[in-house]
Amino acid sequence: MYKILEKTALNPSMTKMVVEAPLIAKKAKPGQFIIFRVDEYGERVPLTIADTDKERGSVTIIYQKVGASTMLLDTLEEGESILDFVGPLGVPTELEGYRKVAVIGGGAGCAIAYPQAKALFNMGVSVDVIAGFRNTELIILEDEMKAVSDNLYLMTDDGSNGNKGFVTTALEENIKNGAGYDLVIAIGPVPMMKAVCNLTKPYGIKTIVSMNPIMIDGTGMCGGCRLTVGGKTKFACVDGPDFDGHEVDFDELMKRNVMYRNSEQTAREKNCRLIRNAEVNDHA
Amino acid sequence: MPNMCQTKTPIPEQDPNVRNKNFDEVAQGYTVEMAQNEAARCLNCKNHPCVTGCPVNIQIPDFIAQIVKGDFEEAYRIITKSSSLPAVCGRVCPQESQCESKCVRGIKGESVGIGRLERFVADYHMNNNTAPAEKPESNGHRVAVIGSGPSGLTCAGTLAKKGYEVTVFEAFHTAGGVLMYGIPEFRLPKSIVQKEIAGLKELGVDIRTNMVMGKVMSIDELFEDGYEAVFIGTGAGLPNFMGMEGEGLLGVYSANEFLTRINLMKAYKDEYDTPIIRPKNVAVVGGGNVAMDAARSALRLGAEHVYIVYRRSEEEMPARNEEIHHAKEEGVDFRLLRNPVKVLGDENGRVVGLECVEMELGEPDASGRRRPVAKEGSNFVLDVDAVIIAIGNAPNPLIRSTTPGLEANKKGCIVVNEETMQTTKEAVYAGGDAVTGAATVIKAMGAGRQAAESIDEYLKNK
Ligand SMILES: Cc1cc2nc3c(=O)[nH]c(=O)nc-3n(C[C@H](O)[C@H](O)[C@H](O)COP(=O)(O)OP(=O)(O)OC[C@H]3O[C@@H](n4cnc5c(N)ncnc54)[C@H](O)[C@@H]3O)c2cc1C
Ligand SMILES: Cc1cc2nc3c(=O)[nH]c(=O)nc-3n(C[C@H](O)[C@H](O)[C@H](O)COP(=O)(O)OP(=O)(O)OC[C@H]3O[C@@H](n4cnc5c(N)ncnc54)[C@H](O)[C@@H]3O)c2cc1C
Ligand code: SF4
Ligand code: SF4
Ligand code: FES
Repeated sequence: MYKILEKTALNPSMTKMVVEAPLIAKKAKPGQFIIFRVDEYGERVPLTIADTDKERGSVTIIYQKVGASTMLLDTLEEGESILDFVGPLGVPTELEGYRKVAVIGGGAGCAIAYPQAKALFNMGVSVDVIAGFRNTELIILEDEMKAVSDNLYLMTDDGSNGNKGFVTTALEENIKNGAGYDLVIAIGPVPMMKAVCNLTKPYGIKTIVSMNPIMIDGTGMCGGCRLTVGGKTKFACVDGPDFDGHEVDFDELMKRNVMYRNSEQTAREKNCRLIRNAEVNDHA
Repeated sequence: MPNMCQTKTPIPEQDPNVRNKNFDEVAQGYTVEMAQNEAARCLNCKNHPCVTGCPVNIQIPDFIAQIVKGDFEEAYRIITKSSSLPAVCGRVCPQESQCESKCVRGIKGESVGIGRLERFVADYHMNNNTAPAEKPESNGHRVAVIGSGPSGLTCAGTLAKKGYEVTVFEAFHTAGGVLMYGIPEFRLPKSIVQKEIAGLKELGVDIRTNMVMGKVMSIDELFEDGYEAVFIGTGAGLPNFMGMEGEGLLGVYSANEFLTRINLMKAYKDEYDTPIIRPKNVAVVGGGNVAMDAARSALRLGAEHVYIVYRRSEEEMPARNEEIHHAKEEGVDFRLLRNPVKVLGDENGRVVGLECVEMELGEPDASGRRRPVAKEGSNFVLDVDAVIIAIGNAPNPLIRSTTPGLEANKKGCIVVNEETMQTTKEAVYAGGDAVTGAATVIKAMGAGRQAAESIDEYLKNK
């Protein structure tokens, strides 16, 4: 059992949790992830390690409530425990040897991109963070991202923060103005990552993306997380989750990720029943 | 007087048309009467050829003689001198190519049902002997076991009985390895595996799940932590794919994923959140136990038509005879001498068919089996909405890539001294599928036991 030390809502759909997991905290590096399972009946779901505190023995996760399992996780409060919490999984991001990096986060992807920006910044690398959200209400981690970047560009799709546009708008402008990036890290919805890669390719800027296919074991056993990179089959959990964005077959990935859309809806409905039952009991 | 009946005493089984819709165990086991009737078929041969067919040399005629006498606990004691998982092996051993293949009764008629008798004895013991095992006195030495499949569990149990303090580290949230996530409930009820594991805990074995070794801790760190020897039993879990077009489509599963969703994550039970596609028509590619398990599981999830697509003929199929027989009875459609070439998909990327080609058997290849060759122009399409790839697994690289000094061969199998199971790294031993590549439960168990003996020897002399 893994105890929840802190729980904070970051915006209406995103939550930050600090979980007691000393062994994972000791080993984790930027780019790695954990897999949790809330209870005996739950799915195994991957989440990036957003931060660690070795002294306290804790791991921070930031998740978006999108389906049954993240909603179930969100019913747990400080002091309660998660049944299973396994990691650190995946290969850490290769961060050595760069001078100027653009770290790009889209929505929930900012949580995944933040540890990379932080690590690079602490290594003395010049870091621009470009973060995109649908609207100003959804903005998360603004102070944290500001603290680990030379420049923070906050974009909203609807312009509600006064800075209308996509992350690619800001990236293109910077590149054209001679920012001189030798690396771009792009993490967010697949269409966003694909758009970033299309943009950087003609400039020949190395672009790392973080893949988020459906997973079970996270150890290379099921092959469910496979994707095609440079024409070869790779397993995101052991070969990634980071890959060279110019080599990834994004279209295949987008199709694979809707695999369980219908059954997710049933699970979600089932889960809502669970929550409703719990509420009835609470009030009884 | 021996029972000279030429055929085995039948074992009660669920009706094929009932069982292909549920996950309950297919074979229900012998009653005392049936077991004694079958045991009486054994001639108690002096040179007991059957024993040489068993990878761990269970004293078969001796335990069978005790069944005839009615002393089932003594029979159990004899079996467990050589095997730690009789309830499992009695059910899943490929007996027809091991112990039973050497039985003299098999020359004229059917061999003695050794597996069935072993299962009977183990089940009898489980049901009638509920006293918890006594925890042996500790000798103060600590050993780490990585992986909780049959090899790891056996190594842990053998060492614990000798007084070692054993910790088992398992990557998954449940211990048991393939016995839990691979082999389905209808062949090996999970409650049996869990009873075996509970027995180990009574012996004082500490089982720590959610520990992906090589990631959360390295083998060198285990030594720094005070463990004096390490056993690696991480199995062969890395699924092979065909490398054909369309394998990334929705509805193409590795058998590992399909079976894990069903067995470990209980996708077939409503109260679990695990999603799974419930296909109407399924093609399973391969001819081993894994393929049979996937095909039969697909039927039980409600598939109307399930094909086995295998590139050689039935004779070359590596699956146990019983599984092939059961699969046929349940309605699995065998398409032999057929090889898939391409998965076909619709505009949403979902599987709509499997293109195959007919095969002929040519000259024998390196494995001694006749090599299948494609017949040109014989392509045809099976209308399916799911394809399950069950063409074998390779050892997982996680441990070897994070352990300096641990040698593996070209196939990724950990290199050991076959007598002692010692690896190329001091105080590190390995066994089971991680060493041999995908093999059998009993072989993994035997290796775990052998390694435990070697570790004991090593630590005593250190
Ligand atoms: C390595 C890795 C790191 C991740 N890190 C984070 C993180 O830090 N924070 C975070 O919020 N999420 C993260 N994710 C994504 C997260 O695991 C999925 O969103 C997960 O499916 C949520 O589970 P659920 O049951 O709540 O939602 P589901 O009900 O499983 O999913 C809801 C919807 O998303 C689709 N979907 C399912 N799985 C995925 C997936 N993996 N990616 C995209 N869509 C999917 C479903 O088809 C469904 O439509 C990560 C994924 C991976 C592989
Ligand atoms: C579907 C299927 C059906 C089968 N049917 C039969 C049959 O009928 N008869 C038969 O004799 N054999 C059968 N087999 C083969 C048999 O199950 C295996 O040979 C046997 O389980 C191997 O045992 P093992 O202990 O070596 O490894 P496994 O049973 O594979 O166990 C290895 C364990 O190690 C864990 N692990 C892996 N890496 C790590 C790590 N880095 N850190 C921590 N833990 C780790 C895994 O999660 C797993 O739990 C079947 C196999 C499958 C897949
Ligand atoms: S362990 Fe397997 S091979 Fe040995 S006697 Fe039992 S069934 Fe036969
Ligand atoms: S070979 Fe057959 S008949 Fe002879 S002892 Fe063994 S099991 Fe009995
Ligand atoms: S999650 Fe199973 S192989 Fe990657």
